[in-house]
Amino acid sequence: MKALRLSVTRALGGVALAASLAAPLAAQQAPAAGTATTLDAIRARGSLICGVNTGLAGFAQPDSQGVWRGFDVDYCRAVAAALWNDASRVRYVPTTAQNRFTALQSGEVDMLSRNTTWTLSRDTSLGFDFTGINFYDGQGFMVKASAGVRTARDLNGATICVQPGTTTEQNLTDWARANRIQFTPVVIEQLNDVVQAYVSGRCDAYTTDVSGLASTRSAQARPQEHVILPDVISKEPLGPLVRHGDQRFADLLRWIHYGLIGAEELGITAANVAQAAASDQRPEVQRMLGRTGDLGRMLTVDNAWLLNVIRTVGNYGEVFERNLVPIGLQRGPNALWTNGGLQYSPPFR
Amino acid sequence: MSDITANTAVPHQAGAERRQPPVATTGIVAWARMNLFSSWINTAVTLALGYLVVRWTIGFVDWAFLNAIWSVPVVNGQAQTQACREIKGVGACWAVVTEKHRFILFGTYPYEEHWRPLLVCVLFVALYIVSALRRFWNWRLIPIWVGTLTAIGILMWGGVFGLTYVPQERWGGLPITLILSTFGLAFAFPLAVLVALGRRSKLPAIKTLCVLYVELIRGVPLISLLFMASVMFPLFLPEGMNIDKLLRAQVAITLFAGAYLAEVVRAGLQTLPRGQYEAADALGLSYWQKTGFIILPQALRLVIPPLVNTFIGFFKDTSLVLIIGIFDLLTAGKTAIVEPAWQGFGIEVYITIGLIYLVFCFAMSKYSQDLERELNRHRRR
Repeated sequence: MKALRLSVTRALGGVALAASLAAPLAAQQAPAAGTATTLDAIRARGSLICGVNTGLAGFAQPDSQGVWRGFDVDYCRAVAAALWNDASRVRYVPTTAQNRFTALQSGEVDMLSRNTTWTLSRDTSLGFDFTGINFYDGQGFMVKASAGVRTARDLNGATICVQPGTTTEQNLTDWARANRIQFTPVVIEQLNDVVQAYVSGRCDAYTTDVSGLASTRSAQARPQEHVILPDVISKEPLGPLVRHGDQRFADLLRWIHYGLIGAEELGITAANVAQAAASDQRPEVQRMLGRTGDLGRMLTVDNAWLLNVIRTVGNYGEVFERNLVPIGLQRGPNALWTNGGLQYSPPFR
Repeated sequence: MSDITANTAVPHQAGAERRQPPVATTGIVAWARMNLFSSWINTAVTLALGYLVVRWTIGFVDWAFLNAIWSVPVVNGQAQTQACREIKGVGACWAVVTEKHRFILFGTYPYEEHWRPLLVCVLFVALYIVSALRRFWNWRLIPIWVGTLTAIGILMWGGVFGLTYVPQERWGGLPITLILSTFGLAFAFPLAVLVALGRRSKLPAIKTLCVLYVELIRGVPLISLLFMASVMFPLFLPEGMNIDKLLRAQVAITLFAGAYLAEVVRAGLQTLPRGQYEAADALGLSYWQKTGFIILPQALRLVIPPLVNTFIGFFKDTSLVLIIGIFDLLTAGKTAIVEPAWQGFGIEVYITIGLIYLVFCFAMSKYSQDLERELNRHRRR
C-alpha cells in the first residue's frame, strides 16, 4: 500500500513537472501563431468561446434552466454584443482552476472571464494579457457579530478556518507574521465543510476572498449574525484575459470594460441609452455611442458597439447591481473613482 | 402404569402441576427468541439497536417526508427559500430538487430541447435491457448497438433532420455519465480481452507491450490521466487543432478501464485448467478458434463478479470528470446548489443523485447475479 501511494505521488509529481515544463513552451509558441488573429477566427466562426468558472455564485453560474448568468458571464455577453449586437452568440466553456490556463493557451477558448487574479507571472511567463481589472477583490475575515471583534488585529489568539493549498492560507500566515499575531489554523479542504466548521463554532473566524465571504454570509439563515471585518489583507485584482499576441482583441475587451465604467460615469443606463444616443448633446456621449467620430471603427467593430453593449448588459453599475449585490457584495473599492472607489475610465476620444 | 412416561400429565392426580406446552421451535417468535433474545447480553444489544433503528427511522421520516417542503414560490426568477431556511435541520427542502431537477439531469443543455437528452437516457436504458436479454445474444445485437449509438449521437448533437445544433460543451447531467460509462466500457472490454490474451502470449513484443500498457496505466491514478488528457495533451497539438474535451476524457477513461478489466480477464484465463488448452490443441483448432470457442466462454463466465465489480466502479468513477470542467450528473448537482438562494441544501441534492446512481449500480449487480447463476448452472451439483 505504501509502495502504491509512493508511485501515485510520483506519478502526480511527474504530471505536474511535465505541465510546468510545457507551460512556458506553449507561451513561446503563442505569439508566433497569433498572426492569424483570434479576433479574425472569432468573426469567421460567428461566435465567441468564453472560458468561465464551473460555478461561482454571482460571477458565473448556470441558472435552473441551464442559462449562464453572472458578472463574468456579462463580460462575455458584452463582447458578443459589441461584435454582432447579439449577446446569445457566446459559447461558454466551464473551466476549473487547474485547466483554465491550458484551455486558453491551447486555443480551446478565445478568452477567460473567470475571476482570475492578475499577477506578474501570469502576465509574462504564462503568456497572457490581462485586459483590465473589473473587480477588486482581497482576502478578508468573517466573524460572528456576538464575538465583538472590530478589526482583524483583535484576532490575536483566535482559531481561524481556512482552506488548504490556496494562496489564502499563505496570505494568512504572511499577514500574521507581519503583524505578530498568534492564531490556530483549522485547515479544511471542502468549502461546505469549512463553512460548516465556522458556523458551528469550531473556529472564531473564517478567511477567504471578500467576495466569497459575502456570498457565504448571504447564504446563512440569519446573515446579520455575521460580520465581515473591514481589513483586507491581500490584493486580488480580477479581470478578463487573452493570449499574448491578441492585441486587437485585448483592446476591444479593455475598451468594453472602460465603456461600461464610462457609461456609469455619464449616467447612461440600459434603459436610457437609446434616448441618449438620439438626444444627449454631450460630446463624449455622442462619441461613445457612435453618433460622431469613428471610435468603433478604430476598434474594428461597428461604431454603435457601445450602444449595443449598454443596451444588452447595462453599465458597470448595473452589471454589478444585477449580479453581485444579491450575493451581499457592496461596491467598496469597485465604486467609481468619483465616489471614492478605484474604477476609472480613460477618455473616449 | 409402568409405560406412562414421566412427562405425561395426569390432571386429576392430586398435587400435580399444570405444565407448559413445549417451547415452539418454528415461527417468527421462536426465531426471535433463538437469535435475538437468547441471553441477557443479546437481549440488551437487540433492544439498544432496535431503539436506535426505530428512532433513526422516525427521525428520517419526519425529516424527509412529514416536515419537508416540496416547493417554494419563485418571484422574478428568484426562488424564495426563507421557508426552507426556517426548517433547516428539522425538515428536508426537496424544493431544491423540484426547482433544479432539470438542470441536475441535463445540465446546460438548451432548456426547450430537453426532450432530446431525455430520449437519449431512455434509449440508453432500452439498450441495456435489450443487451441483457439472452434472446438478443446473436449478430442482431451489433446493428442494434450501432443504430442506437448513432441515434444518440444525432439526438445530442443535432444539426440534421431539423434538430438545432448543440455543441458538446452544453451537454451535461445524466447523459454525460451514461455516455462516458457506456462508451468507455463498450470499448474498454474488447481492448481488455485483447490485452489479457496478449499478456499471456509467447510473442515477446506483444507481451511486453501489453505488460507495459497495464502497468503504466495502473500505476497512475485516473485523476492524473484525466489531467493529462485535459491539460497536457492539448499543448502538444498544433495550434488551432482542438480535440473535443469530452472525447479526450472518454479516451482516458477507456484506457484506464481497459487496463483494469484486462487483469480481471487474465485472472479468468489463468483459472482455466491446462487440460482445456491442451484438449483444444489436440483437436487441431487454430489459436483464434481455441480462444473464441473454448477458452474465453469459460474464462469470462468465471470472472463475472469481478468484472461487474469493475463496471460498477467505473460507472461511479466517471464523476471524476468534474475536475476538468465537464458537467456530469454529480457536477451538475454540485453546481445547482451554487446559487446563493440554494446554498446549504446539499444533502437533499446529494440524496437524489445518490438514488440515481444506486438504481443503475443495483440493476447492474442484480443482473450480474442472475447471469452468474444462469451461466454457471452446470457447475452446481
